[in-house]
Amino acid sequence: MNESRRQILDRLRAVSREEGGVLQRRVDRRVWNQDEKVQRFAECMSAVRAEVYRTSEVSWVNDLQRILKSKGAGNLLYAPAKAHGKLLREDLSSSGIELVPYDLEVERWKRRLFEQMDASITGCRGAIAETGSLILWPDEDEPRLLSLIPPIHCVLLRAEQIYSTFSEAIDIQGWADGMPTNALLISGPSKSADIAQVLAYGVHGPKSLVILIIP
Amino acid sequence: MSGEFHDGVVKALGDDALRQHLRRAMDSLIAKRLAVFPDQDALQELRRYGMAIRGNALSKLPQLLERFEARCEENGIHVHWAETTDEANKTVFEILQSHDVKRLVKGKSMVSEEMGLNHFLEAKGIECLESDLGEFIIQLAGETPSHIVMPALHKSKQEIAELFHEKFPDIPYSDDVDELTAVARGILREKFMQADAGISGVNFLIAETGTLCLVENEGNGRMSTTVPPLHIAVTGIEKVVEELADVPPLLSLLTRSATGQPITTYFNMIKGPRQPGEKDGPQEVHLVLLDNGRSRIFADEELQATLRCIRCGACINHCPIYTRLGGHAYGTVYPGPIGSILEPQKEGLERLGELAEASTLCGACGEVCPVRIPIPKLLNRLRWEGVRRDGTGETSGQGRRRKHSESLAWKAWSSLASRPALYRIAVKSACRFRRMLPQQLGPWTHVRKAPEIAEKPLRELVEVQGLTDE
Ligand code: SF4
Repeated sequence: MNESRRQILDRLRAVSREEGGVLQRRVDRRVWNQDEKVQRFAECMSAVRAEVYRTSEVSWVNDLQRILKSKGAGNLLYAPAKAHGKLLREDLSSSGIELVPYDLEVERWKRRLFEQMDASITGCRGAIAETGSLILWPDEDEPRLLSLIPPIHCVLLRAEQIYSTFSEAIDIQGWADGMPTNALLISGPSKSADIAQVLAYGVHGPKSLVILIIP
Repeated sequence: MSGEFHDGVVKALGDDALRQHLRRAMDSLIAKRLAVFPDQDALQELRRYGMAIRGNALSKLPQLLERFEARCEENGIHVHWAETTDEANKTVFEILQSHDVKRLVKGKSMVSEEMGLNHFLEAKGIECLESDLGEFIIQLAGETPSHIVMPALHKSKQEIAELFHEKFPDIPYSDDVDELTAVARGILREKFMQADAGISGVNFLIAETGTLCLVENEGNGRMSTTVPPLHIAVTGIEKVVEELADVPPLLSLLTRSATGQPITTYFNMIKGPRQPGEKDGPQEVHLVLLDNGRSRIFADEELQATLRCIRCGACINHCPIYTRLGGHAYGTVYPGPIGSILEPQKEGLERLGELAEASTLCGACGEVCPVRIPIPKLLNRLRWEGVRRDGTGETSGQGRRRKHSESLAWKAWSSLASRPALYRIAVKSACRFRRMLPQQLGPWTHVRKAPEIAEKPLRELVEVQGLTDE
């Protein structure tokens, strides 16, 4: 094993090349104001069948409840330790939608997670207008599978956290200084065109992606 | 052409339905790509940038690999190195064995196809299930991918419907794409839950942060790398880039060139295994770095450009040869233009050198390649490598395609062309006796007329018009 490592690296090192020029890196930004960014983000998301709702600090729980009901969701998987989790416990508990906290290691409730969850909600670390992408950094409180297993995934997004490009988001948020265990860009519901180039949604991940934008 | 490739070509050309299907698929991919690159100048600028990023990474490849490895170890990812596919397979197997793995799920990975990993592991009694919908379909059919991005591209909806019906007789027949997809989802969900391990490929490795990046639309890649307790990634040593900032431009080039999407549904960046307090993610992450001929390709200054490839498949989608043959006729893991430069170098010219000849040199591949690999030039170079005899250079099988009759013909031509008087006589007599020249020129004239020689040589016609050769 180490022998292979040595052999491969030795062969690569044996090739001497003239130093190429220094790579001129650049951050790709667009001069878009917040409205333009929201607009562009929403257009891109709609183009891939994600649902975008503009809501507000006071009404998002209500809006969420309405959307979930219209989709027939009976329960909602959420992150109890997050700020939005607390709000949900206060405001959604009487709605008839069962709130299910993701507070156990996946091994301890895999089957229930896979088979019984109708919907989930997460926050996000921002979004990208150019491509219509959400930035998620799952963590202890908001685990990775929240955004993958239930067929409906709802996301809270603050409008001021929309960046023009991926390159700008990485730069401003300083990603290179410390990445999480898992970082994700999510740009729509799960899809595939593997059968005869026909688009089908909800292959393995969520079939619906619902985004609630709070100004 | 050798037996295998020849038979593949004959078979593919005889399949009208396949050809029509491919033409439609390729036309739509070409149109989609065009639509997401509306600004030609911006596209060219981005391609130059993509080329510079990959070129920069290759220019420091050994240093970047070491840096990447060091960061991975800090992050808790175990890095393994393999010279050959056999070694890579054994490495994967040993890891699986030490975790007593019986069943695993796989995300799409061309390197694992290169390794023949499924075959290897199944012979050892480990169930390997492909979870990418396209890979799942061809695994059911017992086939190999016919395209590096869309593995089941060659299959029509009806063929897939029949295949599902045959394999899962309990489920009612349907050729509705949504229903077929739902069937696969149901079967695979169960498998994700039960799997002891997940195997994936990688699109980019970031040296600066020690991160594995995966690009996908379905979510099966995320499933395979998140749900099972063990994740093993396999990839080629060339996949590394220097900095995180290099990723956004490459990602944009990759998805737009591949399927005409501004971005894929998921871009998954993995830094390490589950941390204390985290509730999901694998307990262990391993990465196998495969050489399999790449370091030899690296040694040739011109051919090294092959390693810039980000596996977008655009060269394939734009190739007139691929569009007529499909991927299986090539008989290799990587088909189309990228395969025709990569495979002969990996496998040796004596075995696959003919692939470099399976090109009209129309140039479409080089024009669309997002990292500006001069594919036609490299095809030509490999043709030359196949016949040169000076014994320098790195490409294995050099000179093995040289044919005595061909080299004799070229020698005769060059001696004729360097003697003007003789040359003129030869051309004149060819014109005069043109009707007596043979009409059967081997395979060329099986389906075509032999070329006709003009009554007068071009030189005379030009002189009549009063042009001189200055
Ligand atoms: S050679 Fe270029 S066009 Fe072809 S797959 Fe690689 S990156 Fe894409």
